[in-house]
Amino acid sequence: MRRTGRRVSAARRVELRALAHARSGDKGDTANIGLIARRAQDYPLLVREVTAARVARHFAGLIRGPVERFELPNLRALNFLLHGALDGGGTISLKTDAQGKVFSTALLRLRVRVPR
Amino acid sequence: MTAGVRIASGQGFWGDWPEAPYRQVTGGPVDYLMMDYLAEVTMSIMQKQRSRDPALGYAKDFIPLMERILPVLVERGVRVTTNAGGVNPRGCAEALAAGARRLGLAGRLRIGVVTGDDLLPRLDELLARGHALTNLDTGRPLADVRERVLSANAYLGAWPVVDALRQGADVVVTGRVTDTGLTLAPMIHAFGWGADAWDLLAAGTVAGHLIECGAQASGGNCLVGWDRIPDLANVGYPIVDGRPDGSFDIVKHPGTGGRITVAGVTEQLLYEMGNPVEYITPDCVADFTTIRLAQAGRDRVRVSGVRGRPATDRLKVSVAYFYGYKAVGTLVYAWPDAVRKARAADGILRQRLADLGLEFETIHTEMVGLDATHGRLGAATVREADVPEVQLRVGVRARERAPVERFTREIAPLILNGPPSVTGFAGGRPKPEEIVAYWPALIDKREVTPCVELVAA
Repeated sequence: MRRTGRRVSAARRVELRALAHARSGDKGDTANIGLIARRAQDYPLLVREVTAARVARHFAGLIRGPVERFELPNLRALNFLLHGALDGGGTISLKTDAQGKVFSTALLRLRVRVPR
Repeated sequence: MTAGVRIASGQGFWGDWPEAPYRQVTGGPVDYLMMDYLAEVTMSIMQKQRSRDPALGYAKDFIPLMERILPVLVERGVRVTTNAGGVNPRGCAEALAAGARRLGLAGRLRIGVVTGDDLLPRLDELLARGHALTNLDTGRPLADVRERVLSANAYLGAWPVVDALRQGADVVVTGRVTDTGLTLAPMIHAFGWGADAWDLLAAGTVAGHLIECGAQASGGNCLVGWDRIPDLANVGYPIVDGRPDGSFDIVKHPGTGGRITVAGVTEQLLYEMGNPVEYITPDCVADFTTIRLAQAGRDRVRVSGVRGRPATDRLKVSVAYFYGYKAVGTLVYAWPDAVRKARAADGILRQRLADLGLEFETIHTEMVGLDATHGRLGAATVREADVPEVQLRVGVRARERAPVERFTREIAPLILNGPPSVTGFAGGRPKPEEIVAYWPALIDKREVTPCVELVAA
């Protein structure tokens, strides 16, 4: 218990949008999210905190397939593929966001731990 | 070899800003104007138009747009690459030639036409010879939907466009050439890059990826610092300022609005990205993890270091096929209890559809203002009782037209026989819409022979 308490006091939780910006698009029924660290020094934190598993939990119930993650350290960016995200995608989809344009900002709601 | 080449983006999709091409060719020096018209399902729309009138099947508004800028293009020697030809590049070229003659430019414009991408006439022969054209997403063979296929086009790359430029074309009109190939081709032509110069071809491909969506590289749809981007009303579309070594800058004309920064360009690099290590085109495989970006000046981002690998031996094929029908109906509910009223209406609607015995593949409900874009992640952030209004948006999809048609008659009655405080039905009864769906596949490159010809105005 005490260890947990110390860890909480050594870190705070912030919305991802304070640390990163993003753009998303589609390929068929897959939405992609490019997540970009605003400051170069925050990129390792994104790599550590924003795992494929974490993103899959964040979007649980909103997408039907798995989440893949690719690293682009040269652009201090991560690229996520959210499969089965668009109700069939393209012209088939009945969603307002049939082309996954704003999945990017939904990811920026994720709260991550940053050191104090 | 040329020391530099400037390629301006004029259209990022069919329906982009009509002012952009004119401003690109008059706002400062450019060598080429690149206009991308084709999205995944555009070809099928054009195929439909051509089946009604054999002279159509291309982006019709490309012609008046070109007529406006042709005198400037001819005077300044600016050349054009575009896939506005859709499923009828020859028809597009003829219409353009006629437009040029109307402007008194007879004999002063050579139009290159790139064809060979259309596989529809050969589809049964290809299937019979064992090309299954398996769906890359679902793994199903094309035979499953053969009788519903509306169009089938292989993605050609930059080389047939290069051929047309070498033959002296001032304007190159293509069918399904890749978006990136339209930018890569002028770079190959200007710098004499070889067919196996993989790093250079990858660099030109990245340049194409960056400007193929128009202003998305120069401040449009840009999230980072969006409210500080100046004068989007006069946004300058992006220009590739390319060099023979494959490095290039993304710039825009002086005095235009928008913004070109490393952060904004990074957003566009990641747009519609798959595996960044292998961005596959007919021309090469580009590795986006090798790209270096630097701010080289105000509104100038330098791109360098791009590495590429040999092209694969296959081409992507885009097949469009008839899928079924859909319709979307909306109603707006007001405070108090706006969300509860909309939910109740949705429940009543669904019960009535079920009682009618209608069968749908999907019934999809959204509460616009609450959960349409971020689902439960958005809805969780507001106090429902305080929501001043919400739009109930219900969509249905079916293989048959009849249930969709019947659904469209069940929205309006809710105004008088459902929950109260409802409005916003001014648009009338929703219309059933045909769904033309996209079927991505691959084919052996040797099965596709691009063809280049020249048409004189």
